Amino acid sequence: MEEIKAAIEAAVPGAGVEFVPNPGSAAEHSLRLVPASAIAVATFLRDDADLALDFLSNVSGVDWPDKEIAEKVKVTRTVTKTVDGIEQQVEETVDETRKRVEPGCLEAVYHLYSVAKKHGPLVIRMRTGNRSDRVDLPSLTPVWRAAEFQEREVFDLYGIIFTGHPDLRRLLMWEGFKDHPMRKDYVEPDDYEYEPTPHDQVLARALEHKSRD
Amino acid sequence: MSVVETKPERLDGWNRPPVILPDGEGELLEVAMGPHHPSTHGVFRMDLALDGERVVRLKPVFGYLHRNHEKIAEQASYLASMPYTDRLDYICSLTNNWAYALAVEKLAAQEVPERAQYIRVILGELTRIQNHASSIGFLLQEMGASGTPLMYAFKEREKILDLFESLTGSRMMCNYMRFGGCRVDVSAAWLDAARKVVAGLPQFVDEFETLLSSNEILMARCQGVGVLKPELAVNAGVTGPMLRASGVDYDIRKVDRYGIYDRFKFRVPLGDHGDVYDRYMVRILEIRESIKIVEQALKEIPTGPIMDAKAKIRGFRPKPGEAYGRIEAPKGELGFYLISDGGPNPYRYRVRPPSLINLTVLEDMCLGSNVADVVLIFGSVDIVLGEVDR
Repeated sequence: MEEIKAAIEAAVPGAGVEFVPNPGSAAEHSLRLVPASAIAVATFLRDDADLALDFLSNVSGVDWPDKEIAEKVKVTRTVTKTVDGIEQQVEETVDETRKRVEPGCLEAVYHLYSVAKKHGPLVIRMRTGNRSDRVDLPSLTPVWRAAEFQEREVFDLYGIIFTGHPDLRRLLMWEGFKDHPMRKDYVEPDDYEYEPTPHDQVLARALEHKSRD
Repeated sequence: MSVVETKPERLDGWNRPPVILPDGEGELLEVAMGPHHPSTHGVFRMDLALDGERVVRLKPVFGYLHRNHEKIAEQASYLASMPYTDRLDYICSLTNNWAYALAVEKLAAQEVPERAQYIRVILGELTRIQNHASSIGFLLQEMGASGTPLMYAFKEREKILDLFESLTGSRMMCNYMRFGGCRVDVSAAWLDAARKVVAGLPQFVDEFETLLSSNEILMARCQGVGVLKPELAVNAGVTGPMLRASGVDYDIRKVDRYGIYDRFKFRVPLGDHGDVYDRYMVRILEIRESIKIVEQALKEIPTGPIMDAKAKIRGFRPKPGEAYGRIEAPKGELGFYLISDGGPNPYRYRVRPPSLINLTVLEDMCLGSNVADVVLIFGSVDIVLGEVDR
């Protein structure tokens, strides 16, 4: 993995690739690409004679919502106190709980293999700036056609806008659908395809009957 | 592999103006094929633009069977998603179970006992045989050979499904594999029954081939139709028999050697032309290779436990981390990508559906062919909509 990182940095100056360790037992570590240089790095990974990662297997979106982290901080402040009958200015250290919001992001994860060399996987990932207005990432469809439908799906379900995608439309949800259902904070509307049924009248009558008692 | 830079012209948006042919001879005919079309294997739509009989454009439309399987799985425990994987590719539920179990075992570093590995191979290859047989049956059905070849295939599939039923309790929704093993042990009587079924399979394949392989109509309809170039196939992430029919030697059973596939002797059939006929032929040959694998596995199956003793069924919480597990499912590379945050349910659960990704090249294969051939080319991809739409 370190070698691959070094090779990328030699081939694409200023690639800014970051190593992301995987703490799990699978130990499939990954490389985080900077969106600006992602296309260049991806093209290098595909065309390099040693790596030859010509096969993009899987594209998945991951949602990392904003996290509210409560931290205990020691704060020193000056307090006026009455000590021994005299009012004095005293320095005092207090524990205070502060809430800090760690901004979330959307992530696209790509699993690469090599058909020619029969090795892999190499996991690369990219992060958006935030979850609301800076959600664009460069599309890797020009490098691997395999991303075409999968990036459409990620756009559909997570809302990552892949710039440079030839045909970025919703894949599974219908046209005109507003939200992105795979996001962690997605709330399912409770009136989906609501149609009044005779059962509603029965329920209403039952309610009325109940209230009479 | 070389770079694939050319891509057919794409459509964007739904409300586009009608296309006028350049020489002013008229408009293209736009046809919505499906979602309720007998050859679409479920609810799937292809928006075609036709110049006479010739396909000028083809735009697949998905989502009719979408139920957000991934979201549901993220809200359930790891084990609770196991029966739900049956419903992805409902023709081959056992390989779906296997892929999911493999990914979780990778995530949680679990070992699978010998006997369970053998059972998995036997069931996985039987699944492959029945999937390929019925997919060829459907292909012939779409070619107009109404009924007979499909019933030949189903006759054999039925015997295999009976085996599944007697072992797992269900013909199609097997829900059999567990993380670290299998749910119930196979009995000696079941193994004998399986041996009997497998012994009859070569004769079935011979019969099937006599009926089909050199059939004049089949050859005329399939050869040279829907050609897929190997460079494009690899670049577009096509896997399974479709990729191998294009002549690319890539079988995950050989590449990853997951489970115990390094112990069996089998060959990987490859096609030369990448047309519909090659896909048909590769499937026939894969049935023959699978029969060999099952025979070897039935001969060598050891006794012993079928579950990892350390496997935890209740309160199963893998360590934080992520894993991507993949197998060679009958339709292609079926993968599961899991991220654990240490909780009882996966933080991220992603299915890599071979059926959906193999459809990436559908337009490229169909451009310039007749409408009647679209049905065939689509049939030769071998998809199940439960997996495409998830």
